[in-house]
Amino acid sequence: MPDDKPLNAGGRKFHPVYLFLLIPYAAWAWPPFYNRLTPEVFGIPFFYWWQIFGIFLTAACIVPVYLFEEGRRK
Amino acid sequence: MSVHPITIIVFAVLFVAVAFLGLFGARWRAGDLSQLSEWGLGGRSFGTLITWFLLGGDLYTAYTFIAVPALMFGAGATGFFAVPYAALMYPMVFIAFPRLWSVAKAHGYITAADFVKGRFGHRWLALAIAVTGLVAVMPYIALQLVGMQVVIAALGLDYNVVVPVLGNVSAPLLAAFVVLSAFTYTSGLRGTALIAVAKDLLVYITVLAAIIIIPAELGGYGKVFDAVPPAQLLLPPAPDHSLGAGFGYITLALGSLLALFLYPHSVTGILSSSSRHVIRRNAILLPAYSVALALIALLGYMAVASGVNRMPEYTEGFKSFGNNFAVPALFLHMFPHWFAGLAFAAIAIGAMMPASIMAIACGNLFTRNIYKEFIAPDCAPQTEARMAKIVAFVAKLGALFFVLEMQTAYAIQLQLLGGIWICQTVPSVLLALYVRLDPRALLAGWASGVGLGTWMVAQLGFKASVYPLHIAGWTIPCYAAVSALLVNLLVSIVLTWVLKAMGSSAARDETVAADYI
Repeated sequence: MPDDKPLNAGGRKFHPVYLFLLIPYAAWAWPPFYNRLTPEVFGIPFFYWWQIFGIFLTAACIVPVYLFEEGRRK
Repeated sequence: MSVHPITIIVFAVLFVAVAFLGLFGARWRAGDLSQLSEWGLGGRSFGTLITWFLLGGDLYTAYTFIAVPALMFGAGATGFFAVPYAALMYPMVFIAFPRLWSVAKAHGYITAADFVKGRFGHRWLALAIAVTGLVAVMPYIALQLVGMQVVIAALGLDYNVVVPVLGNVSAPLLAAFVVLSAFTYTSGLRGTALIAVAKDLLVYITVLAAIIIIPAELGGYGKVFDAVPPAQLLLPPAPDHSLGAGFGYITLALGSLLALFLYPHSVTGILSSSSRHVIRRNAILLPAYSVALALIALLGYMAVASGVNRMPEYTEGFKSFGNNFAVPALFLHMFPHWFAGLAFAAIAIGAMMPASIMAIACGNLFTRNIYKEFIAPDCAPQTEARMAKIVAFVAKLGALFFVLEMQTAYAIQLQLLGGIWICQTVPSVLLALYVRLDPRALLAGWASGVGLGTWMVAQLGFKASVYPLHIAGWTIPCYAAVSALLVNLLVSIVLTWVLKAMGSSAARDETVAADYI
């Protein structure tokens, strides 16, 4: 494909900060890990509180990448 | 079943107030509504906060709020797949969708199919993407009306009137339909955005109250989980030589998140924001809705613990709507009268608002990618906008017809298929933001993905979407959208390579690398 675009069109270099974005996927990648009842928190089984915690983790993992991109914009 | 009049009054007052807000939206930051990008994208003017409300209201629909707890209520842990789905989409949104926004802004694209047309110069591939979007979103609109029906029935307001052609119609549903059509027609996406703010405030108030008041009355979260049958509390363990239900669970989340942002109404929401930074900030802020969704999912278990399904006053509701009645019954049983009215208003308005965006997205798609492309290539901008408004109306009328004349089961089955079909547009839209495969290969890949996905769901009797693959003595339960997408990708890549080897070159790409950043 002569008119193909390189993966990072626009000449951006890959920066390790983007690896943060893989952490949330890792948290859910292996269901046997979180498909368990204990330890409980406030009576909530592990399966449930782990995944709710995962939502906060996801948002938190985007923050450093966002700050990095904002910094580079200036 | 009798409902306290205060519940109905609070519901009605909130509903009417929000309807006025929607009609007033035409004057809010008024633009020239005879232009399609003004009516159908709100002039690409929404900042971080409005986009947050708009996308939040758009993605987490009333049907989600009814169906996810209903699934937990009936099937248990499997229903919680909505949580990884609603969380893991955001890193992808953060990375990919600012690129879509930028290229759409640079070339004036309004729909995903517009982008495909520009990127690949192939009108048939663009048509395939547009039709996939239209077919996938129509049953979604119908399901919003189903959500509204459940609420109306729970309020005991099921008075019927006879309308020509449609026959017996529930009067409140018809009233809601008229309100919805009126504000969509006059204010477009602006009115919808204003309603989104009101709707989301009501939803957050309801969720906060529900997760505090209800467990307290039931004796704490521990008691709630104790009431759930132990076999449903976790995914069933994997048998020998099988990847088990866990794999089905995670592919269900993965396939759903890939599909979600390619639905026409999500693209409309993304493109209406005022800059790419708005989208990136929202990737961090939108997970707040996912937390709300997780808590709403747990309402299904609270319904189990409260035993509403065994109470005679709700028997009729459960008979008519099945598990979808679990949340309305729980609210009626647990909340004070006035607060139940507020909660029901949140659900009903939460059905109207996404239905409006979906209808607008249908209007944009049909006008841009079918009407202008194939029927009237040189129509004036005013004609374009008028056409979109009419199509948006027809889409809603179709949905109303669907809900009234056909069984709800068909809408649910079509929505299931729609998710699988929309996932097959990933190589042509999402991947195309990075890699340009040959459009002819993509069309072949799309066709094989849609065909295979439909076949797998047909094998399951259109009742489920996790199809067990048997490979080398192993059983792999996998969401049909994901396995079909893998075949789709394989066909697209191999054919691109074959066409290239044959020296056959594809049409021109009107976008350049700089358009994406």
